[in-house]
Amino acid sequence: MDFDRIKEKLNILADAAKYDVSCSSSGSKRTNTKKGLGDSSGMGICHSYTQDGRCVSLLKILLTNHCIFDCAYCVTRKSNDIKRAAFKVQEVVDLTISFYRRNYIEGLFLSSGIFKSPDHTMERLIRVAKKLREEENFNGYIHLKSIPGASDELMREAGLYADRLSVNIEIPTKSGLKLLAPEKKHEDFMKPMEKVKNEIIQYKSESKLIKSTPKYAPAGQSTQMIVGATGESDRDIMYSSAFFYKNYNMKRVYYSGYVPISNDPRLPALGTQVPMMRENRLYQTDWLMRFYGYDVRELLNNDFQHLEMDIDPKLSYALRNRHLFPVDINKVDRQLLLRVPGIGLKSVNKILQARKFRKLNWEHLQKIGISMNRAKYFITCDAREKELKDVSSENLKQLIIQNSFSKYRKEFNQQLSLF
Amino acid sequence: MKSVVLKYDGSFPGFLTCVFNAYEQKLEITEIIPEGEDQKQLFSETLEVITEDFKVQRVLKSLKKKLSSNGVKRLYYSFLSEIPGIELKMYDMIRYVYSSQEKAELDYSHPSVLDISKAAKQVGREKHRMEAFIRFRLTKDDLYFAVIEPDFNVLPVITKHFKSRYADQRWLIYDLKRKLGVHYDLQKAEYVSMELPEDIGISGGNPDYFAEGEIYFQHLWKEYFDSTNIKSRVNMRLHIQHVPKRYWKYLSEKSPFA
Repeated sequence: MDFDRIKEKLNILADAAKYDVSCSSSGSKRTNTKKGLGDSSGMGICHSYTQDGRCVSLLKILLTNHCIFDCAYCVTRKSNDIKRAAFKVQEVVDLTISFYRRNYIEGLFLSSGIFKSPDHTMERLIRVAKKLREEENFNGYIHLKSIPGASDELMREAGLYADRLSVNIEIPTKSGLKLLAPEKKHEDFMKPMEKVKNEIIQYKSESKLIKSTPKYAPAGQSTQMIVGATGESDRDIMYSSAFFYKNYNMKRVYYSGYVPISNDPRLPALGTQVPMMRENRLYQTDWLMRFYGYDVRELLNNDFQHLEMDIDPKLSYALRNRHLFPVDINKVDRQLLLRVPGIGLKSVNKILQARKFRKLNWEHLQKIGISMNRAKYFITCDAREKELKDVSSENLKQLIIQNSFSKYRKEFNQQLSLF
Repeated sequence: MKSVVLKYDGSFPGFLTCVFNAYEQKLEITEIIPEGEDQKQLFSETLEVITEDFKVQRVLKSLKKKLSSNGVKRLYYSFLSEIPGIELKMYDMIRYVYSSQEKAELDYSHPSVLDISKAAKQVGREKHRMEAFIRFRLTKDDLYFAVIEPDFNVLPVITKHFKSRYADQRWLIYDLKRKLGVHYDLQKAEYVSMELPEDIGISGGNPDYFAEGEIYFQHLWKEYFDSTNIKSRVNMRLHIQHVPKRYWKYLSEKSPFA
């Protein structure tokens, strides 16, 4: 192995791949049965975290950063004057195996710039995955990026080796896509997604009848949207997400705050801050949809198009729906308990178990670990009432913000400091 | 009832024997301490407990009846926490579980149930972190070798994970703090105790011990780690929360080649 050359390539091609935010490496069922290398039957593991706080669980690289397209938001775009490099198929295989054996990673996330044609590129990605599975007997996680415009046959083959496939929709609205990536068509993104969805459905029905049906993308598919590049509303973004979850059985939608990378007049200028808070609120909203039973229309709608930045979306919802609260912690059903600000999924389960034994009071709740500074205004329990009945939602919001120690508190404090 | 301090050999079966004896002899326990530790109670009588397999099996069997498999696991995990005094809390929880009709292990409003579940959670977190943060280095004799110093005694609960993941390579994970390792020889994983050379190091170490290319791979990994960082998004507070500093010396990406 020519380490110096590999090192240079790794620098360039890891750097270019870092804007892909997906890092999930769980949800696959690939047990190491034949004494091979690797096992993806459990949870994924984050083996490290970057200084920006993101999980490192997969070797996330591009096969090449040569690209025939010129999408404004992308570092790898044709017109960008950057160093270009390309890995050989075998080099990616060797790196993956060497890193995996040292317990650095859970597997490989392989994406690529588009060289020659979508099919040509896709075919190369598949060769890496196939080699890993068939020659190296590798059972670790493989996430392949589907190249927009790749053919159905290749999408089918990719799913036989990969645990997860993803097509990044990139821009949450059609009009935004037209503006920033005029060469790409909305359909180019949707077609591979459709194919993958149908293959997964087909696999599920066939494997019920024939046990030996080869696995097809067992961890499902995901997509990613760039946030804050085209002036779309939070409502636009989350409605797109809800659409993907519902119509494409998407396992995850990722939101990536736009990091300014060029001086393109269509985009936020260089030096514009990355919308991290907004990204965070979008993920919270996403969780509320997937795990807390909210309909997207309850969280965002025509009258309420933007998430509040100073409070989380669950609190925001509760403040807009005061008529539902306070709820009696010892009686309320699960569905509504899940909607109490400051009470998470795990606490909900603990409360439901513990209240079978005795009536819970404030102290019990505190020990179980719920955030009393928010929850107390929305619940009653087996104790003297603490909640404030006649306070307006706006005042209650200020009260909660004043009493919380969030790292964002300073930014959002409404009171002016004297100096 | 006699009020006593139990002294046992420090093993989990030893603890279970304590439980057996306590019930059999109707003891009032004020402390349960592993050998080599001093008791705090001045005026209690001390009883030495000798681990006996049939007692262990009896207690295990009855625990499995009263607890879900998760409940038994939580007890075992909390034991591995080695938190001083955890044995008495475990005993307290066991008594509560035996005395109640319902599934008392889920009664998070009971103090020892909550404490045990918290200790188990801490151990579970450390187990997970070790599965994440162990960095194997390939030695000259073709062994993937890692040293650890976990806060809790997680070696017994991480072995399975590494066995199913690295079935086709020989590996050794050594706990420096407890001077105990697990060695996998392609067939089975077994505990080993050994002397390690001083200069083998945690990250890097004397390259003479390692296979050709080993140090390069550590460099490549460090390189990769640095290239994936997005500078405009740096958040060190979050970073340190995820990767606590006490683990840095094990991580080639954090403390390279010291």
